[in-house]
Amino acid sequence: MAERLPVKKTYKLFIGGAFPRSESGRTYEAEGQNVARASRKDVRDSVRAARASLPKWAGMTAYNRGQILYRLAEMIESRSSEFAELSTGRDEVERTVDRIVWYAGWADKLAQVLGSSNPVAGPYFNFTVPEPTGVVAILAPDEPPLLGLVSRVVPALTGGNAVVAVASETHPLAAIELAEALATSDVPGGVVNLLTGHRDELAPWLASHMDVNAIDITGANGTSAELERAAADNVKRVVRGNPDSQSPWEIASFLELKTVWHPVGQ
Amino acid sequence: MAQAPVLPRGFELPLEPRLPRIGSVDAVALEERAASLAKRSIKKDAKVFALELAVRMMDLTTLEGQDTPGKVAALASKAIRPDPSDAGIPSVAAICVYPNLVPSAVARVEGTSVKVASVATAFPSGQSPIETKLEEVRWVVEHGADEVDMVIDRGAFLSGRYAKVYDEIVQVKEASGEAHLKVILEVAELGTYDNVRRASLLAMAAGADFIKTSTGKLPGAATLPVTLCMLEAIRDVYEETGRMIGMKPAGGIRRAKQAVQYLVQLHETLGVEWLTPDLYRLGASSLLNDVLMQLRKEKTGAYQSPDYFTVD
Amino acid sequence: MTELERKHDRTPVPKEWAYAPAPESRDVVSLDERYGHYVGGQWLEPSETYTTISPASEEPLAEVGQATPEEVEAAVAAARDAFENGWSGASAAERAKYLFRIARILQERSREFAVLESLNGGKPIKESRDVDLPLAAAHFFYYAGWADKLEYAFPNRRPRPVGVAGQIIPWNFPLLMLSWKIAPALAAGNTVVLKPAETTPLSALLFADVLRQAELPPGVVNIVTGDGRTGAALVKSEGVDKIAFTGSTDVGKAIQRELAGTGKKLTLELGGKAANIIFDDAAIDQAVEGIVNGIYFNQGHVCCAGSRLLVQESIYEPVVEKLKRRLTTLRVGDPLDKNTDVGAINSEQQLDKIRELVESGEQEGAEIYQPPCRLPEKGYWFAPTVFTNVAQSYRIAQEEIFGPVLSVLTFRTPEEAVEKANNTPYGLSAGVWTEKGSRILWMAQRLRAGVVWANTFNRFDPSSPFGGYKESGFGREGGRHGLEPYMQFDGSEHFSG
Repeated sequence: MAERLPVKKTYKLFIGGAFPRSESGRTYEAEGQNVARASRKDVRDSVRAARASLPKWAGMTAYNRGQILYRLAEMIESRSSEFAELSTGRDEVERTVDRIVWYAGWADKLAQVLGSSNPVAGPYFNFTVPEPTGVVAILAPDEPPLLGLVSRVVPALTGGNAVVAVASETHPLAAIELAEALATSDVPGGVVNLLTGHRDELAPWLASHMDVNAIDITGANGTSAELERAAADNVKRVVRGNPDSQSPWEIASFLELKTVWHPVGQ
Repeated sequence: MAQAPVLPRGFELPLEPRLPRIGSVDAVALEERAASLAKRSIKKDAKVFALELAVRMMDLTTLEGQDTPGKVAALASKAIRPDPSDAGIPSVAAICVYPNLVPSAVARVEGTSVKVASVATAFPSGQSPIETKLEEVRWVVEHGADEVDMVIDRGAFLSGRYAKVYDEIVQVKEASGEAHLKVILEVAELGTYDNVRRASLLAMAAGADFIKTSTGKLPGAATLPVTLCMLEAIRDVYEETGRMIGMKPAGGIRRAKQAVQYLVQLHETLGVEWLTPDLYRLGASSLLNDVLMQLRKEKTGAYQSPDYFTVD
Repeated sequence: MTELERKHDRTPVPKEWAYAPAPESRDVVSLDERYGHYVGGQWLEPSETYTTISPASEEPLAEVGQATPEEVEAAVAAARDAFENGWSGASAAERAKYLFRIARILQERSREFAVLESLNGGKPIKESRDVDLPLAAAHFFYYAGWADKLEYAFPNRRPRPVGVAGQIIPWNFPLLMLSWKIAPALAAGNTVVLKPAETTPLSALLFADVLRQAELPPGVVNIVTGDGRTGAALVKSEGVDKIAFTGSTDVGKAIQRELAGTGKKLTLELGGKAANIIFDDAAIDQAVEGIVNGIYFNQGHVCCAGSRLLVQESIYEPVVEKLKRRLTTLRVGDPLDKNTDVGAINSEQQLDKIRELVESGEQEGAEIYQPPCRLPEKGYWFAPTVFTNVAQSYRIAQEEIFGPVLSVLTFRTPEEAVEKANNTPYGLSAGVWTEKGSRILWMAQRLRAGVVWANTFNRFDPSSPFGGYKESGFGREGGRHGLEPYMQFDGSEHFSG
């Protein structure tokens, strides 16, 4: 009896909660598969989807966002073996899940640690609250393929931002698996958009996009000076982080601070 | 410069903190109260009571550019006999049409208890001179409309020309003669519950028989918090003057469950005396069949299919 | 009759619209006939038992243990053992994940717990389902997130757990109070012996099953049931490093005396006599809802209840009229009916207290109003009550009634409101209703209360610190501050409070 022929998976982009092919119709080969090769128009569509998702995502209670991130951890944990095959192994997957759980627990505590009520010299009540920056572009590092992407994306999400991320160029399959986990974890469509393709082709379009509020250039290899120049056109916040860090200050990189005054009187 | 309107019927605006002063509405608390009332679980005979009342309170509506006498005939037929297979289902309260369709509507419901309501006053925008608006009102009344649904001038309201808004309502009421006047506030354009309250009190002061939420031509028409706000204004006027003024939510009510929620809110805010089509109407088109389906489910015990209920 | 006249004939109005019964099914809960004590992850056969009932019907629900001092010591020993051998050494991230599991399981089983809570305690299912359970799960969720972030909560202080916490909780929010105690204690790395209230042991005992499903290591949480004697034994136990108590002020004082000189940490969350202050520029209808929520929510069995209405004299009449009218739409009855607004009084003992104080109010000269209500034959019931013509010195204005009884007083100016509001040994909460922002802040600054609600009342959130001034207790629950009582730090002598 002949061996069973498995059905081959098609690897597509993740934009607006759906899985389209690149509008350019292109693919490239990575890890032995044809992977969608995103174009500047896919970047454009992703930024639109991210912006449209913000009122809902940023408008949720912090508690709700924390719950959704925890559910993402649940979804990844339940697919541990698939993820292990697409990354450096079980260990990376477990660290990824634990990192997401760690960040999930920050969502409803940021205001308490980063915000304050300020004792101004006058009859005013004054308080400072952190708020999400908006749409964050992320250039994920090539390695580690799963943990590196998650370590950059999840802190931005925790603060209430929406994300357009360019996955590892050499090992993109973990990102697509992550997209599937995101699609099943109550994360509203458009909050996370994942693009596979050539980072050097896509990065300049994100860096110069006037409706992107911040760019994380952790994964940029040597081309970052030009990206940083382009980012200046709309005064983007530019962040370069560590592919393996876990800290509330990573969340803070993508937050704005608003201070409010109100008189105290009869 | 607009002046504070002189108000008949015995209540005055801001001078005393005594009700019905204009006052403020706390949005968060209002929405919570509306949500809490919406959680009432109305079952069995209590539910049947509400559903039958909803039918009797319905204003079946068609307000489209493409309306024809044929369409109105079908609507009237549905209004008079909502469920041909069940004679126990009462007629609805009224049908609501554009002025041109009033004559055919009146002809179709003659001899039945169903009333004819006509929109007027440059519905839905209200952006026309008062003279043409009054002309329209007189025309529909002459041609047999029992009820007039007017729109307030939101442009005037939002730019603070309250006296103009007030005057127009007074004049339309006069032009309506014996016909009942419903004043549409178009709540979705008013922006805040504070404004909804102000507009409600203004309309009642000017002589409205009913205040109505919406034209149904904008998305997001009637909502439970908005109607609660309006009912509280009605309550204040009732407490102060004894006048009972009606309320009609319109637009966005598609499901029987929602209709029951609106009635619970009415019941617990104003009491049983308001549970009558004389003081409460539901402006809807697709709601009727959902109510009929629910009624049949209560009778037979099985969930229903739309195939078994006539489309008008 | 003309056509128009015929059509305008008034249609008859119904006499009433009675809502049909809408009972929540009890099937979702399965009760054992008899429960022991949950110690070291096992069920211990109790040496002595008593019967716990449903206060709405006086129906017996189960036999539960009356823990003796020896049984309490066994629980403390199990907690100590778990603390030394495993829990405090477990990685903080693992502790967090246990707490996340507990939160999730509570969410999954929330209907079961809500029904049990209403059955055993008397509160309406609408409240246990929509308030108690979601808040309880949220509390575990919130503190789960702190477990591995303590160095951010207390920078440079080297936070460490205190050890074994003895926790005594009241009958008004049994499961919610359990979550307020256990979640921060565990997040901080402590182990726990919890004693639920005498009249409401069942949700705590069912909670032990959640712990089993979460696979929490044995001994980390221990649950012993019983009356005040069990609580006293827990307070006296030498193996306990910290006591957390929520309950009456009298018992709180007794505990504080008992612990004097022992070096044990203590937090107390006691009674209150909150003022709910309405200014003439308030959004009146919403303020009336706030008054009603403030005192009739959970039958007034709330330490932070707005039991004194201070209404500005200029709007006294409309407010009181609206309030009385609103009371007529409150539905008092079967806690398991989804339409019930006001449930049963928790016990005969509490009912007697309420009656005694209400009688004193009438005798002292206050005017009583109660809406017409059909109260059931069996069970413990009290109609929602409003007293007007109340003087500050009447017992009903001074003493905590802990029932659905509101006393109405008036004031003329903001200063007078503050003075009257603060004129009490208590200081747990206060309410302010005004549309003027600066006045909200001015009042909030001056009110001597641990929680000030402006244009709202009875709002709780795990991130929001809750606790009292003065005789309403000390220590805070909720928020980053809620961790502090469960930790020890470098370089600080920690006294009670």
